[in-house]
Amino acid sequence: MEIDARGLSCPQPIIETRKAIFDKVTSFSVLVDNIAAKENVTRFAKTQHYDVVDTTTEYGWKLDLEKR
Amino acid sequence: MNVSKEKKGLIVAGSITGIISVVLVLLGNPANMGFCIACFYRDIAGALSLHSVAVVQYARPEIIGLLLGSLLISIRRKEFRPRGGSSPVIRFVISFFVMIGALVFLGCPFRMLLRLSGGDLNALVALAGFIAGIIAGSLLLNRGFTLGRSHTQSTLEGGAISGVFLALLVILLFIPSLLKFSASGPGSMRAPIIVSLSAGLIVGILAQRNRFCMAGGIRDLFLFRDSTLLLGSIMVLVAAFIMNLVTGNFHLGFTGQSVAHTDWLWNFLGMALVGYGSVLLGGCPLRQTILAGEGNSDSAMSVLGMVAGAAFAHNFGLASSAQGTTVGGRTATILGFVVITAIALVIIHAQKKEAVYGN
Repeated sequence: MEIDARGLSCPQPIIETRKAIFDKVTSFSVLVDNIAAKENVTRFAKTQHYDVVDTTTEYGWKLDLEKR
Repeated sequence: MNVSKEKKGLIVAGSITGIISVVLVLLGNPANMGFCIACFYRDIAGALSLHSVAVVQYARPEIIGLLLGSLLISIRRKEFRPRGGSSPVIRFVISFFVMIGALVFLGCPFRMLLRLSGGDLNALVALAGFIAGIIAGSLLLNRGFTLGRSHTQSTLEGGAISGVFLALLVILLFIPSLLKFSASGPGSMRAPIIVSLSAGLIVGILAQRNRFCMAGGIRDLFLFRDSTLLLGSIMVLVAAFIMNLVTGNFHLGFTGQSVAHTDWLWNFLGMALVGYGSVLLGGCPLRQTILAGEGNSDSAMSVLGMVAGAAFAHNFGLASSAQGTTVGGRTATILGFVVITAIALVIIHAQKKEAVYGN
């Protein structure tokens, strides 16, 4: 599963991420294109016990979230 | 205690910002107004003759510094990303009313904290309103409110607002006769240009690096139980409070406060409107200014909306003064709630329709 949060202003990328976490998705990716969204989603995911691996892409970052 | 790097950054940046804010007052700015994003855009609108209230006219170098500081650090850190196209006109309208709310209270969220740090209890009432507005806005975000996606823009589009403020700086330094300067009142109270500009640059850099946002802190706490961003605001408050105490600028009470009134209902509602609009925009007036510097042309529209709001507020007698609020200001505040709520409901309705029929 992939959430495309590119171009969304704060805090929508986190709200979208939270939806997936509440739906008990254990492994998914979030695409973001600004540094604040990257940091916010990463911080939030960690508080929800998800590991985050980020890869730099052409448009920004792909964050891979995996339930610990 | 394990304190994250982000939190450490916010603690340091918040403290420095609080200290600088009081230093600006010691060097000439109006009391509890080391920084006030709303008041300073209002002063800039006055300097450019967009309104003609003689006591609030000055091209505040703090604002120019904030924007250019954000521009410079974001270029250096490769975070300058020209983006835009996420409902620019709606952002203009919301920002317009955010400014009206701020001028009914007499301060943006930043100044609200500084007023509180100086003992102005009216700001405590405003803080309650601000929190209420943020919660209301957050509930709309939870229900699917969005201003849509932004897209990549040209460097020219992303840098245009910085160009405008750079031009304003050049005019202020070399052709000041084009601008209006208050001879009395808040607009006449100012720290030396070089100090104001440097203060703006430093705080602009710190705010860009740490994603400072006065509205975002409370929003994150409410929506995600995350207090990280709030730490920045708290440190501004604490540092400015200690500085005010040390320098004898702490005066506890409701009455006799500088550039403030005691009309509690409208202090509450004015700041509630600011919180409400700021959450829907994705950031407080300070954050909008910083994002504009980073190349976000949607936030540049917010800046223009705030300047327009300030000009209207003074041309139509909507802004409050030390004497209190005005009928026009109270009406415009209510109108602001109505307009922003109507926009939000239309958007949420359209989103729901899309969710049903879109797939």
